[in-house]
Amino acid sequence: MLKYYLTLALRSLKRNVVLTVLMIAAIGVGIGASMTTLTVFRAMAGDPIPAKSGQLFAVQIDNWGPKKGVVIGDKDNLQEQISYPDATGLMNARAAHRQSAMYATGFALTPSNPDLRPFQVQARAAYADFFPMFDVPFRYGGPWTAADDEDHADVVVIGHDLNDKVFGGANSVGKTMNLDDHEYRVVGVLDRWQPTPKFYDLNNNKYGKPEEAFIPFTRAIDQQLPSWGNNNCGGDAGAPGWEGRLHSECIWMQFWAELPSAADAEHYRTFLNNYAAEQQRLGRFHWAPNTRLRNVREWLAYEHAVSQEVKILVLVSFSFLLVCLLNAMGLMLAKIMGRAADIGVRRALGANRGAIFAQCLIEAGVVGLAGGLLGLALTGLGLLGLRSLLSDDVNRLTHFSLSNVAIAVTLSVAATILAGLYPTWRAAQVQPAWQLKAQ
Amino acid sequence: MLKMTHLSKAYRTEVVETFALRDFSIHVREGEFVAVTGPSGSGKTTFLSIAGLLEEFGGGEYQLDGANVRGLNDNQRSRLRNQKIGFIFQAFNLIADLNAQDNIDVPLRYRGFDGAERRRRIQESLSRVGLSARGRHYPAELSGGQQQRVAIARALAGSPRLLLADEPTGNLDTQMARGVMDLLEELHRDGATIVMVTHDPELAVRAQREVHIVDGQVVDLAPQPRLVAAAHANS
Repeated sequence: MLKYYLTLALRSLKRNVVLTVLMIAAIGVGIGASMTTLTVFRAMAGDPIPAKSGQLFAVQIDNWGPKKGVVIGDKDNLQEQISYPDATGLMNARAAHRQSAMYATGFALTPSNPDLRPFQVQARAAYADFFPMFDVPFRYGGPWTAADDEDHADVVVIGHDLNDKVFGGANSVGKTMNLDDHEYRVVGVLDRWQPTPKFYDLNNNKYGKPEEAFIPFTRAIDQQLPSWGNNNCGGDAGAPGWEGRLHSECIWMQFWAELPSAADAEHYRTFLNNYAAEQQRLGRFHWAPNTRLRNVREWLAYEHAVSQEVKILVLVSFSFLLVCLLNAMGLMLAKIMGRAADIGVRRALGANRGAIFAQCLIEAGVVGLAGGLLGLALTGLGLLGLRSLLSDDVNRLTHFSLSNVAIAVTLSVAATILAGLYPTWRAAQVQPAWQLKAQ
Repeated sequence: MLKMTHLSKAYRTEVVETFALRDFSIHVREGEFVAVTGPSGSGKTTFLSIAGLLEEFGGGEYQLDGANVRGLNDNQRSRLRNQKIGFIFQAFNLIADLNAQDNIDVPLRYRGFDGAERRRRIQESLSRVGLSARGRHYPAELSGGQQQRVAIARALAGSPRLLLADEPTGNLDTQMARGVMDLLEELHRDGATIVMVTHDPELAVRAQREVHIVDGQVVDLAPQPRLVAAAHANS
């Protein structure tokens, strides 16, 4: 009967083209508006590392104390980054399954190819664990080793774009690269990798691409590579110079730990508190331990990775979709009630209420499908229109994906069927005797 | 075939209760052709709606083909209607955006016949009403008489036990009306049980028996003079 009902639905829609077009337009516009904002929202709020987002934890340590009088962060007066002393303290403890202190930096790259001019490269100083911890894929080679970290080795992992630019896309593992007048040996080339948002450092270009070069944290400190990211000293920059910066309470680094189980996370929390308590005993902290561990999802929420404006926009557009659906429901009701006589005839000829219900509901589904397809086209237009309003990074992310198509069509069909329930119920209640008497 | 005993049907509003049928009894035997007549508002159409399981009734009993229909749910009534009853309406009630074949196909779909069986029955019933060549015509492309023939073909396609006709010639001119009545008589001769509601005495006399309704009650069950004369001649 499904095929029969589909045929009837198409015939019915052709019978009153104006009403059909109005219904499809109402649903299409609603779907277009809601999918446009939803696409932006999903691009900004997606889980960047779904397989491990519950096992990766950002570490926060209050190294300023309540007397500092500077409120950082959301509500808990906890800084979003950590200081170098804490970064090295936590790394030395090695209390997590994997861990990495890191900071955003960069340097001038002088290509060996004389045809290429030197250019600046954004980089990240990190530990070897960074790569397996974040499931970073490699096209060639692999990460450096823990021994390289200890040896402060001159090694670099580069992104595939940089590899294309400097080495023409060839396997560059083993080749050297001149960075800030120092030669680094390439040990790995990343494959396509774009966690969105860039959860491991939301302070710096959170919807941007990952850095194009990664070097050992220890080597970056040796080479005094400055921070290219967010720096906050809370009004006390400490002694001047590189050594002064390293020993200051300025926050400019991130620290992530991989803790596979809930028990691991609990142990690490205890460890962090003990660490802060030790700092208190040593006289560095003059306040009770105040530390936090947040997994990726908690961290994105804490950092407001998705702005309030985008959330409101999504709410407004879905409210608009609701209004469109109410309109479509009214039109469907008018259409179905206009066919009450036909429904009466069908009932007289043996259709039970369920058959009429199914027939009308499938018709609503066909309208929803057409509305969804129109909505997809309008979403494409909407995203084009938004390009002038959004940053390049977000624009790059807000593209049509297969999942967007599936969501739009499913949402449209489901919402239209939902909106069609009342008109369909009314259709099923048609009293055949009354309709036939009225002829 | 159709037996109603002391049946009543009332329409209620907040202030008044109106009986459309009151203490209504009728018995139509298998193979009979019965004309139900009466003035407007006498309850003819209400009787037909109840007989066709399109409407529920208040008191009394109704047996259709030996089965008591009181208390049946919507599914059961729909199935009985589909399997045992064929409707012929005054206004034909063909579905405008379906051609003749597809109109006839409607009850067969709900019956659950497969494609081959449906096609066979559609051709057979179209042939029966002399419209084999018009199967792909839409109602708007057919004359009133042809539309009523399609409606009759639709009623016949499911091989119903009972044909209910509500003023089947009411919307037709004399010549077309004669053709439709000839067809009904032919169906009756072939064994169909027909109950026809009409207010036209000339049509009523072509039935085997006339039942007259006034104010929702059967008032006259006298046999047709033509049939009485025929019976006397035979004896």
